[in-house]
Amino acid sequence: MDSRRRDVLRTGSGATLLALLAAAGWLKPSDAEAQAWNKAAFETKTMDETMKALGGGAPAQSKDIAFVSTPDIAENGAVVPIGVASALPKTESIAILVEKNPNMLAALFEIPPGTDAAISTRVKMGQTSNVYALVKADGKYYVASKEIKVTLGGCGG
Amino acid sequence: MADPMKIRATLAGDSTEVKVLMNHEMETGQRKDAQGKTIPAWHIQTVTATYNGKTVLSAQWGPAVSKNPFLAFKFKGGAKGDKVQVTWVDNKGDKRTDEATIG
Repeated sequence: MDSRRRDVLRTGSGATLLALLAAAGWLKPSDAEAQAWNKAAFETKTMDETMKALGGGAPAQSKDIAFVSTPDIAENGAVVPIGVASALPKTESIAILVEKNPNMLAALFEIPPGTDAAISTRVKMGQTSNVYALVKADGKYYVASKEIKVTLGGCGG
Repeated sequence: MADPMKIRATLAGDSTEVKVLMNHEMETGQRKDAQGKTIPAWHIQTVTATYNGKTVLSAQWGPAVSKNPFLAFKFKGGAKGDKVQVTWVDNKGDKRTDEATIG
């Protein structure tokens, strides 16, 4: 009787341990990914907040950052092509921010050495807004902006 | 499992130009369905491109990146016949890796 009770207990605790291990294994990868994704930066609503979340000071205006094949007027706010090229030496990252979107930061690109400091993608814009290209070069932040007029918003339901 | 990406990698001089078209809803979390319920955000969070095991571009995306995202970039080096790999991970933990041969 006693020994059987012990068996039940042992198998019982074994199963719990397995479940715990599985849970740990299941949770680990998503935790690691959450770390890689800068959640705080993507939830900011102003330039100051974004800079704080990225750990930088106020960016300096720069003429060495150019918008490439980016329209002045976007007919469809759901798909606005944005291209950013930086001529700043030692460009480390390029971020695209849309001022009047619910959250400013749209995308952040890390540029390793050997990769051109030029990327293009497409973003959504809720309304006509300034778009900022924020470049980190040699540890400092630089910014350029461009107004894009949107005739049809990209965040409507 | 998500739909495959379209990747094109072309050698131009001493650089390789990579163009990627991903298949993803990129739901913002701002929209509401017909019943007025908010549709939860579902979007790609991280993108990594590698060539010969070396990262040539990594990105973090918010929901403001367009549906079926497009991405283009260039890196120095690359040789015809070599492979470029692109991986994305979304906020639900789904991920997809595809590769293209440099042509």
